[in-house]
Amino acid sequence: MSALPTYASTGQKIWYYGFRVICGLVFFFLIAPIITIIPLSFNAENFFTFTPGMLALDPEAYSLKHYQDFFTNSDWQQALKNSVTIAPMATIISVGLGTLAAIGLSQSHVPFRRAIMAILISPMIVPLIISAAGMYFFYSRVGLQGTYLGVVLAHAALGIPFVIITVTATLVGFDHSLTRAAANMGAGPVRTFFKVQMPLILPGVISGGLFAFITSFDEVVVVLFVGSASQKTLPWQMFIGLREQISPTILAVATILVVFSIALLTAVELLRRRSERIRGVSPR
Amino acid sequence: MSDIAESDDRISAEGSRDLKRSLNRALRAQKMRALMLIAPLLIFILVTFIAPIVDMLFRSVENEIVSDTLPRTVLALDDWEYTSGETPSEAVFAALYYDLFVAAELKEHTRLGSRLNYETTGISSLFRKSGRRVDRFDTDIYADQFTALDPAWGEPATWTMMSEALDDDPDALPETASALEGWHHLLKVERDDPATEAPADILFTALYRDLSAGAPGLNDGDLAAMTATARQAVDGFETVSIRDQFVDVDDSWLDPEIWGTIKAYAPKYTIGYFLKSVDYQLTPEGIEKQPEDQQIYIRLFVRTLVMSLTIMVSCIVLGYPVAFLLANLPMRYSNVLMILVLLPFWTSLLVRTSAWKVLLQNQGVINDILVWLHIVSESGRLALINNQTGTIIAMTHILLPFMILPLYSVMQTIPPTYMRAAKSLGATDWTAFWRVYFPQSVPGIGAGSILVFILAIGYYITPELVGGTSGIFISNRIAYHISSSLNWGLAAALGSILLVAVLMLYWAYDRIVGIDNVKLG
Repeated sequence: MSALPTYASTGQKIWYYGFRVICGLVFFFLIAPIITIIPLSFNAENFFTFTPGMLALDPEAYSLKHYQDFFTNSDWQQALKNSVTIAPMATIISVGLGTLAAIGLSQSHVPFRRAIMAILISPMIVPLIISAAGMYFFYSRVGLQGTYLGVVLAHAALGIPFVIITVTATLVGFDHSLTRAAANMGAGPVRTFFKVQMPLILPGVISGGLFAFITSFDEVVVVLFVGSASQKTLPWQMFIGLREQISPTILAVATILVVFSIALLTAVELLRRRSERIRGVSPR
Repeated sequence: MSDIAESDDRISAEGSRDLKRSLNRALRAQKMRALMLIAPLLIFILVTFIAPIVDMLFRSVENEIVSDTLPRTVLALDDWEYTSGETPSEAVFAALYYDLFVAAELKEHTRLGSRLNYETTGISSLFRKSGRRVDRFDTDIYADQFTALDPAWGEPATWTMMSEALDDDPDALPETASALEGWHHLLKVERDDPATEAPADILFTALYRDLSAGAPGLNDGDLAAMTATARQAVDGFETVSIRDQFVDVDDSWLDPEIWGTIKAYAPKYTIGYFLKSVDYQLTPEGIEKQPEDQQIYIRLFVRTLVMSLTIMVSCIVLGYPVAFLLANLPMRYSNVLMILVLLPFWTSLLVRTSAWKVLLQNQGVINDILVWLHIVSESGRLALINNQTGTIIAMTHILLPFMILPLYSVMQTIPPTYMRAAKSLGATDWTAFWRVYFPQSVPGIGAGSILVFILAIGYYITPELVGGTSGIFISNRIAYHISSSLNWGLAAALGSILLVAVLMLYWAYDRIVGIDNVKLG
């Protein structure tokens, strides 16, 4: 949609600007809810709306007390601690196993490739509530329900499709003559992998890892069922908080998480560009 | 000359065979290497993910609890028909007595009671009451009379011998053999020594019933003599009706409905849960429609579908213009605007749901603004949350990026020259768009719609938090049955139906878009 030509009729002008207004409204709809909660989290009162003081930009009406509550309340701290331990562990499992499998899948002759791919992608396809129900039944049979290990394994399974998808996508552009060249010069398979293949697919691996991390970090349905109160994560605590006694501390947590997701978004975007540059694919 | 040519042919044939063989070997090695790399993950997923799903599918039909807890009753009920309209015979009550005695000692009867209570209300309390009373039945008179006849009957050793003798020939005293089996199962679970544990009333009751019914009895050994003596005496025994004992606890035991339910759910596998999921029920008379006021699941499935479709359509309506704008703006603008789509996509689901919960409240920001603008009056604040409106607004917002991103990637591939060509051939803006651009963007709409629809029908968190009672989905009902009503079988059946629906949709998605073409970020 290039700029409006000078000979455009009135109708075209109205449509041109009208269309932009419509798009602006949709963008507003997308972003406004997330932006609105940021100032609300600095509310000095326990309200969920802008107080007259806040609208008048009175400094008295703003405070950090909800943040203080987040950092001092033992429930929230416990949840934060669980979140930052469970998500990295799940990510390590997903990335380790996922990268290996993606390399295997990218070979030219893989028997039952479609079937294997379907099984590996299935945690992303099956609705979370069904995964959660199945895991709850099965993990309680084998004694994993209500344990850290159970939650970590469940989250690792949920993160794997993302690793598979991103890493196989990077491997599509991988030039296999490079590994042959390395072998030709006397490098063993392990050395070839770490010195030649790994640096080239690293951006894909890291972005897959970020997806796996965010999947686990954000996940609430499975942890609600597979975990118990001692494995509660931040989303768990937020969910319970929203369902029972809604406290403004949730908004402070939400704001922190928004800042966190901005950082992640930036990281993924930078990685994507780097990957495209390394592989010689010009960015779109 | 011809000789040389022949040998050359032979050599080359052999050579090609060798080559083929070594190529095959290399190919096999390559396949093995690929599989070795995939195997750890495949095993991991099979154990941590596929096994739970299979377990859930299995649970949706599994029903072993009835025949495990009441094995003798289930067997005895074979001869009884619900359609006869009569209460089962004394033999069935006796079987129930042995089963319930063992189950009550092991505290298994309450679980069975709650299981059967899903089918016929009242069974739970009936089982609990009967379980409490079953070891105080008046059947102790049999124990008294047998020991009065011969004190050896009161010795645990007698019954150990009896059990050994009956192992070889259970038909000699069938009910006694069966009661002994239950008694020994109980002792084994409780880790009691059969050599010291005083025999329970059920053993004497079973022996009495066997002898008075004229069971063949044992042939040799001390026990044969003892039973022969007892057989002479039982005719003079004071008797007690087990059926009256049960009726004494609760006269619902006379109700054929209770027995019909036990019989209907006796098989190890049942379609009862699936029937429940579609508002039918398995009654003693067969498959029947649920009463009008209990038909909730079909309505819930339909509501889930309708609301998912509504969300999908709102995503198309809101997403199409945005994707069009992004695909047609110069790179430097579209990259900036793309952030506005990607930020919500990357923001925690809980954050977005809490935002809507805060915004949509009765005293929330949206209502405040509407009141401030005098669009609604102070008393007429809109009910935007805890209903379907809340669910649709919040979920449209949450799923919109999943519509915009596939649409955008399809629209990017449409060359702008086509539109220009159409216009230069005299088409109006609208005709050029509708006849040239839109048909090419349809695959994007298809991909985005199926993706949004699949994600929507399995949603749990958002409907739970902003949907109230009218805006919930089938997944909320599944969660309810897992954590509150504890009817796991029904939850599994509902989940299986949802799973099949989603897999069918994914199959369609694979046909249209291809799973391999899923792009992230």
